[in-house]
Amino acid sequence: MRFSDGTRQQKLAVLVGAAVLLLILPFVVQMAGNAWVRIIDIALLYVLLALGLNIVVGYAGLLDLGYVAFYAVGAYLLGLLASSQLTDSFANIASAFPGGLHTPWWVVIPLGALVAGGAGVLLGAPTLKLRGDYLAIVTLGFGEIVRVFMNNLDAPVNITNGPKGIASIDDISIFGVNLGKTGHWFGLDWPKVTNYYFLFLLLVVFAVVICYRLERSRIGRAWMAIREDEIAAKAMGINTRNLKLLAFGMGATFGGVSGVMFASFQGFISPESFSLQESVMIVAMVVLGGIGHLPGVIVGALLLSALPEVLRYVAGPLQQMTDGRLDASILRQLLVALAMIGIMLARPRGLWPSPEHGKMASTLPPLGSPGDPAVPQPVNPNASEVTNADHSSGTRHA
Amino acid sequence: MDTFIQQIINGLVLGSVYALVALGYTMVYGIINLINFAHGEVLMVGALTSWTVVTALAGFGLPGWSLLLIGLVAAVIVCSALNFAIEKIAYRPLRNAPRLAPLITAMGMSLLLQTLAMIIWKPNYKSFPILLPGEPHNIGGAVINNVQILILVTTVITLSGLMYLVNRTKLGRAMRATAENPRVAALMGVRPDTVISATFVIGAALAALAGVMYAANYGSVQHTMGFLPGLKAFTAAVFGGIGNLAGAMVGGVLLGLIESLGAGYIGALTGGVLGSHYQDIFAFVVLILVLTLRPQGLLGERVADRA
Repeated sequence: MRFSDGTRQQKLAVLVGAAVLLLILPFVVQMAGNAWVRIIDIALLYVLLALGLNIVVGYAGLLDLGYVAFYAVGAYLLGLLASSQLTDSFANIASAFPGGLHTPWWVVIPLGALVAGGAGVLLGAPTLKLRGDYLAIVTLGFGEIVRVFMNNLDAPVNITNGPKGIASIDDISIFGVNLGKTGHWFGLDWPKVTNYYFLFLLLVVFAVVICYRLERSRIGRAWMAIREDEIAAKAMGINTRNLKLLAFGMGATFGGVSGVMFASFQGFISPESFSLQESVMIVAMVVLGGIGHLPGVIVGALLLSALPEVLRYVAGPLQQMTDGRLDASILRQLLVALAMIGIMLARPRGLWPSPEHGKMASTLPPLGSPGDPAVPQPVNPNASEVTNADHSSGTRHA
Repeated sequence: MDTFIQQIINGLVLGSVYALVALGYTMVYGIINLINFAHGEVLMVGALTSWTVVTALAGFGLPGWSLLLIGLVAAVIVCSALNFAIEKIAYRPLRNAPRLAPLITAMGMSLLLQTLAMIIWKPNYKSFPILLPGEPHNIGGAVINNVQILILVTTVITLSGLMYLVNRTKLGRAMRATAENPRVAALMGVRPDTVISATFVIGAALAALAGVMYAANYGSVQHTMGFLPGLKAFTAAVFGGIGNLAGAMVGGVLLGLIESLGAGYIGALTGGVLGSHYQDIFAFVVLILVLTLRPQGLLGERVADRA
């Protein structure tokens, strides 16, 4: 499946075919039940999140383990601005909006992107000097801090409603069409999950285009230069500070928009949805699929989000066999864990890594067996990951 | 003043647990540059193993201290074997892989261990029996019980033993050499694989000890109990300067103190706006401050700026 090898017509044919397939997909799946369309919706949301994180981790090489915080920021923004939470807690807000607080999508989505992006820059600023694992652990700390606040900001003033979460969040309605209600157009049923499917699909396509263009732009090349060697990038005149902040901000923007989508799709949010485990999942999607490579990231996200959900529906008999110990959610966790370990062991570069990296790796002569630290490491031009600290070479930048 | 002394005692006990776990992180990180995310789960497995052994033997009328000892030995054996296997299966094949790959397997391992523990031990909270009964002792208005005294004493002995092992024995020299430069160490006749395995086994034994202490002190065990102590212990390791053993100890104890003092006083300081349920934030705020102001950690000679 190499798109780049095909001619222009072939590429166009594949694109048109994919588009048609994606357009009719929900109506076909709908026949098997709306729950299956729902799984696809959630998978699309994860694709959006993974694409955003891929900007930070994949392009700029900054390992961010607190990504879910931005997702939470977006989700809580909609939760607060489009439900009865704020009007219930604050009398003056209630009197300012007698009809209840129902902020429309064209305010909330840009606002979510803006606020989350701002949070990303804010988080990025103090961590600019840090690299690799230190950065990972600090971002992880930020994620936890956000979660602790979501959990505890119900007293003394009730803002987030604490662990109980915010319920009955408005559905998005675009040009008078409420996506939460079943519609009938072109002789077809359009239930809520299908409406959201098209909204999410649109966002994913938009995101893919942005990422694709970014990757090939001056900014994208600068990010990759920073990823490969920050000092060299700086020497080449790249403003590493601004570009790293931009990467954080861009990634966070995607997270924020996904959060807004998640909140309106679920209609309910609580801190539980934004645990560290979720961050780990998104990182795993990016890395498992093929870090820094768009098709790989999409495949990784679809695989890790949809596959366990699908298996959930066949878990019933297994649960009876094991006396209730292996219920659906446990099975899902088990599968995700095994997939993370197994795929990494079998394909350390991910399922579908960037092609040029693969080529370069195969042209390098094998310089000795892996696992033998006595063998000098080849200079690694294919390091698509956060560049490895060659702790044996003694190069320490003071 | 009573509160102050009490929070110091609580902080020292908590800090001991952090220090023991942080050592496991810092040793592994020092040698193979991997954040072993599954380390907190080793603590959890240790605690649950000792719980199983202790409750199984509870009917035989053995004295509490011997039960605790048997539980501890069982936990140490199980955890050491487990960590040895984890390293062999999940980390060793990836030693020269892209840097994120072993990190992802470590996270996967953490999730796997949690899930397996949930399947084996069921997800409910289990109460850990009180094995060292007796009146709490009074120190200047604050109280300390037998378990807490035991924790402090055991930690001091263990840490001295570890310092001896690392600084005075052949294995310790091999470990330091491998951490410094694996290639040259191998040329000098050190077997890096053996050293790395030994590091994981020692780290697991320390985590098992910490797990049993944690369970005995807080009195309840569950499959998610390892996550937060593990995370904070890593914070402690970074706080002290990762890769530095003394740093991990100091960082662990300091973090324990900061947390318990912070939790004890935050309510009064903020006039009740923020309560002690913000305790978990302190570790991360400290971490962020330390890394921003002094990236190499308190005692770290290694620099944060490893490209």
